[in-house]
Amino acid sequence: MWKFFHKLASPPHFYDLANKIIPWFIVPAILLITYGTIAGLFFAPMDYQQKDAFRIIYIHVPAAYISMMAYMTMAISAGIGLIWRMKLAHAVAAACAPIGAWFTFLALITGSIWGRPMWGTWWEWGDPRLTSELILLFLYFGYLALRAAIDDTSKADRSSAVLALVGAINIPIIHFSVEWWSSLHQGPTIVREGGPAMPMEMLLPLLAMILGFTFFFGAVLLRRLRTEVLYRERRTGWVKRMIQPAGGEA
Amino acid sequence: MDILAMGGYGYYIWSSFGLGLAVLVITVVQARRHHDAVYREIEQRLKAMEEVK
Repeated sequence: MWKFFHKLASPPHFYDLANKIIPWFIVPAILLITYGTIAGLFFAPMDYQQKDAFRIIYIHVPAAYISMMAYMTMAISAGIGLIWRMKLAHAVAAACAPIGAWFTFLALITGSIWGRPMWGTWWEWGDPRLTSELILLFLYFGYLALRAAIDDTSKADRSSAVLALVGAINIPIIHFSVEWWSSLHQGPTIVREGGPAMPMEMLLPLLAMILGFTFFFGAVLLRRLRTEVLYRERRTGWVKRMIQPAGGEA
Repeated sequence: MDILAMGGYGYYIWSSFGLGLAVLVITVVQARRHHDAVYREIEQRLKAMEEVK
């Protein structure tokens, strides 16, 4: 067991292993997202209030979930990196940010598209749920900009980790915004008192999409983590031998 | 055609699902490009070091 963890932590081994693990994420992701899309679009019954428009939920909610889950993964990894000086943890944090930013963008834009027919507006300034999710996008941008501005990787790791941790306060704010303040946004549908407020035929495709997006996030995270490891190890022997097998020892 | 119309909400629903697919594709392509760029950068640097020798 210890030998396994030791090997896992060794960068060249991780670089290879990640490549072998990625299919185990991408295959379930494709299956779950395909099922969720088809069942959500064509087989789930119409919502009695929102009619067919509610089907946007199958993209919007999984995207919003990933936007927050990716941020928590980033903040926790950054914290572990700061406290235990683990380079791989900092690499995980750095790999989360661009993916999280894209899913935040997707949550915001599909929310806007959903809001147009339901609320009669694309965007409502000052709405707590909308504003806190927009702040999440800016936190990702700030994190990425800060990293890009610092050449020294370990300095960039530490500074951006502090930003990620401070920004984590926004996550419970997003989550509870619809309960703490009055918002145009509807309340929770799945995790609520009295159980999910939908029939099984609606709920299963949604859960499949959330799980599928999570597997997808894992696959892209592993891919980006490989790149982080490669860059951070660029001056080491194994990277030189791998990239230029003939030249190395001349 | 009914399926495409989605009870009048077709435009909103299909654009949401289209954007969803686009984001999935973009994140994968971007991750791949980033890897290739880092790989090439290291390759270039190693080549430059060889030439100095």
